[in-house]
Amino acid sequence: MREVAYNDIVDAVKNMIMTTATNLPEDTLEYLETAYKEEKSEVSKKVIEQLLENAKIARDEKRPLCQDTGLAVFFVRVGADVKVAGGLLKDAINEGTEKGYTDGYLRASTCEPFSRANLKDTVGYNLPAIIHFDIVEGDKIEIEYAAKGGGSENVSRARVFPPAAGKEGIINFVKECISDAGGNPCPPITVGVGIGGTFEKACISSKHALFRDLGTTNEDPEMAELEEIMLEEINKLGIGAMGMGGTKTALGVHIEANPCHIASLPVSVNVQCHSSRHTHITI
Amino acid sequence: MAEYNLTTPLSEEDTRKLKAGDIVLLTGTIYTARDAAHARLVKLLENGEEFPFSIEGSVIYFVGPTPPKPGDPIGSAGPTTSYRMDSYSPTMLKFGSRGMIGKGGRSQEVKDACKEHGGIYFGATGGAGALLGKQIKSAKVIAYEELGPEAVRELTVENFPVTVVNDTFGGDLYQIGREQFEVKD
Repeated sequence: MREVAYNDIVDAVKNMIMTTATNLPEDTLEYLETAYKEEKSEVSKKVIEQLLENAKIARDEKRPLCQDTGLAVFFVRVGADVKVAGGLLKDAINEGTEKGYTDGYLRASTCEPFSRANLKDTVGYNLPAIIHFDIVEGDKIEIEYAAKGGGSENVSRARVFPPAAGKEGIINFVKECISDAGGNPCPPITVGVGIGGTFEKACISSKHALFRDLGTTNEDPEMAELEEIMLEEINKLGIGAMGMGGTKTALGVHIEANPCHIASLPVSVNVQCHSSRHTHITI
Repeated sequence: MAEYNLTTPLSEEDTRKLKAGDIVLLTGTIYTARDAAHARLVKLLENGEEFPFSIEGSVIYFVGPTPPKPGDPIGSAGPTTSYRMDSYSPTMLKFGSRGMIGKGGRSQEVKDACKEHGGIYFGATGGAGALLGKQIKSAKVIAYEELGPEAVRELTVENFPVTVVNDTFGGDLYQIGREQFEVKD
């Protein structure tokens, strides 16, 4: 059984949080640059120009790309042949999160649901992190991380359709969700779509789909085709960058599909803003 | 699309010439407030209690910045989504506030209040927090410090870049822009 020191995980998580807050990932940068070239609206073009300039300032001066530095969301795959020495993996991830958000001068955005009291002094600075665990073969720990902002999360939706709704029902649901959202989720967006599973499985899948790099497609050709159709439909809406009107409302649609109950067709749409701050490490 | 340099506080003469799509560079003092601060501020106005700043001609920025690094006045400071302030903004405009900076669409009530009271809803680029934060030259918490990122701050800005989204004539840039690029099957 391989051992990984608790503190090594704390440091690795802290570093990935601080780096991600100020560095837009390569895939997102590349897609924004292409969107800038192809956008037909002058106003939207100007917005994308500002976003590219913002990414440069953030990287060069180590300033957070956005003031909404998100809730910290993790998907963690733990090998069956590795254990953490000196503490629990969950605690190490939370400790790394708190250190990353504190040392990086990032915003503490967690609060009580009703009193809205900020949890920084009680539960911890921007804690608790949202962590999804899975156990896999091997002796490695793979940690995927994204800083998830509130504006795009607020427009996300889930619904369990009857099976008869089919592909058409799902396409219409996704399109309606993005149309209603307009400029609120900070387009150009990435759209994560979870199809199948149970109600909560669809939601988690739609979130995980956003961790995939732009330019990758679903391995199933039928789903890959559906991704393309949805992207085309969304870009017909005319919403454009920050809702100013334009041809580049979404940069990509990512589907994750699962088998489902014979009675159900669950669908979840999780939206990611243009500041798609995601990364992964293997320990 | 015209371009203007405006200094706060804004007069009705300033705001009533602006049209949806115009670009404005704002200079002067502006105030930050998000959901929690708006709830408190509006209550003060309705009860006729003392207000933490002069509301006449004021510009309110919907923002919750990141903490400043040592030596900086403020951290990253881009706009938050504005519809959450829709129930409060008409009261703010009624009492003399004349500008709002945020992102995303507003309700019909807010658009009507802009027309009636000479208010403007400006859009700033969401997610451009590093760039916008650099246009803020000083920041000071003036009310509700306990709200943390949601406290009311007095900001001094220089050439802060915004676009007119809702003007005093009922114009809406989001609607105009979208209609222009929507592809109907």
